[in-house]
Amino acid sequence: MGLYDFLAQYWPRLLSGAGITVAQFLLAAALGVAISLCMGLMKLSQNALLRGTAVTYIEIFRGTSLVVQLYWIFFVLPLFGLTIEKFTAGYLAVGMNIGAYGAELVRGGILSVPKGQWEAALAINMSPAQRMRRIILPQALVNMLPPWGNLMIELLKGTALVSLISVADLMFESRQINSSTFLSAQVFGAALVIYYLLARFLVTPFMRWLERHMARKLGRA
Amino acid sequence: MFDWKWEFTWEILPRLVYATGNTLIAAGAGYVIAVVFGLMLALAQRTPSRALTFTVREFVEFIRSTPLILQIFFVFYVGPQFGVRLSPWMSGMIAIGLHYACYLSEVYRGGIESVPKGQWEAAIALNMTTAQKYRRVIIPQAIPPALAGMGNYLVGIFKDTPMLSVIGVAELIHTANAIGSENYRFLEPYTMVGIIFLAISLPAAGLIRLFEGYVRRKLGL
Repeated sequence: MGLYDFLAQYWPRLLSGAGITVAQFLLAAALGVAISLCMGLMKLSQNALLRGTAVTYIEIFRGTSLVVQLYWIFFVLPLFGLTIEKFTAGYLAVGMNIGAYGAELVRGGILSVPKGQWEAALAINMSPAQRMRRIILPQALVNMLPPWGNLMIELLKGTALVSLISVADLMFESRQINSSTFLSAQVFGAALVIYYLLARFLVTPFMRWLERHMARKLGRA
Repeated sequence: MFDWKWEFTWEILPRLVYATGNTLIAAGAGYVIAVVFGLMLALAQRTPSRALTFTVREFVEFIRSTPLILQIFFVFYVGPQFGVRLSPWMSGMIAIGLHYACYLSEVYRGGIESVPKGQWEAAIALNMTTAQKYRRVIIPQAIPPALAGMGNYLVGIFKDTPMLSVIGVAELIHTANAIGSENYRFLEPYTMVGIIFLAISLPAAGLIRLFEGYVRRKLGL
């Protein structure tokens, strides 16, 4: 079967798979950004307990494989009475994993803000919360956005693993089509191209736009 | 609540240790392919041919922005369609090696670009051929700054080996899946796999940091 005939027949399934992939990506990204901020700030805290929690979280999620985390959340947590639906388990695992990597970026971004900014905020009598929210974080954000672009691509790729717990994403649909038709080159080739298009023409341009937008807001463009 | 059975844990431990060996072999073999092929990809981008540079760049971008698990499926299933039958190990190593070769080529590229211009000019002034120039002047100076990145991807490849389980490579997750479905117990196998991953990747990351510091001191940075 030629590529054109193949696509004509199977495009609805590939499209619905891609839709699930995008949904997983967006939910995991939102969760990942929230966790990154929390854990990144906690790792910089004066409080040893908060710092310890963040370090443990980051090391566990960066030290093990995403596949292991996904299986653990989906197959082991129910044994503790915490049954999570597969779609939720999918973006939960991917988001928590990315959050650990993102936390290090947040920490690096905050530490890269010049010392004078901290002192100036102190000098005009800002509370620590005000200082972080109004002076430090906006500048840290601009500094850390470029590596976040790479992390978002990793996140998109990570969502392909949710197919292992049968979330019907693009990867899962391609496997299903492959096992019923054996048109491997067509189906996996098409899936590769769809992932590439998502990464190259959606995620990367958006992150570039965000970088420019934030830099302009800080008057640095 | 904690229904952990130590007896069962000890019973499955030998199988998991054996599978750890397979995981390490897979990571090692994949890394060797990635190191060699990555250097070729990096050097191919430095030839005078603009067409070659462009093609290799696009290839690297494509591989880097699509999921490894999909590439593993692609290599494993597309071969037989054209009469090339690859074993799971073989196709797994090709896919993972190729994927990380693209990441490593970027690391090398950074290393090569960090060699000061004077060194290139000096090599030309000494009338070295291109091969001599790279082998004796540029590459030895490009590797040390690239070592940190290379080390991180070694740990990265180790953490990505569980994806090989999907085509039947008997590494850790594959073995844990088998144990789990034989005994209807997933708590111990998956938790042990997580612990094994931590026990290997955390010390490895620490060693890489130490090694990086050592190289920096040696170079007087």
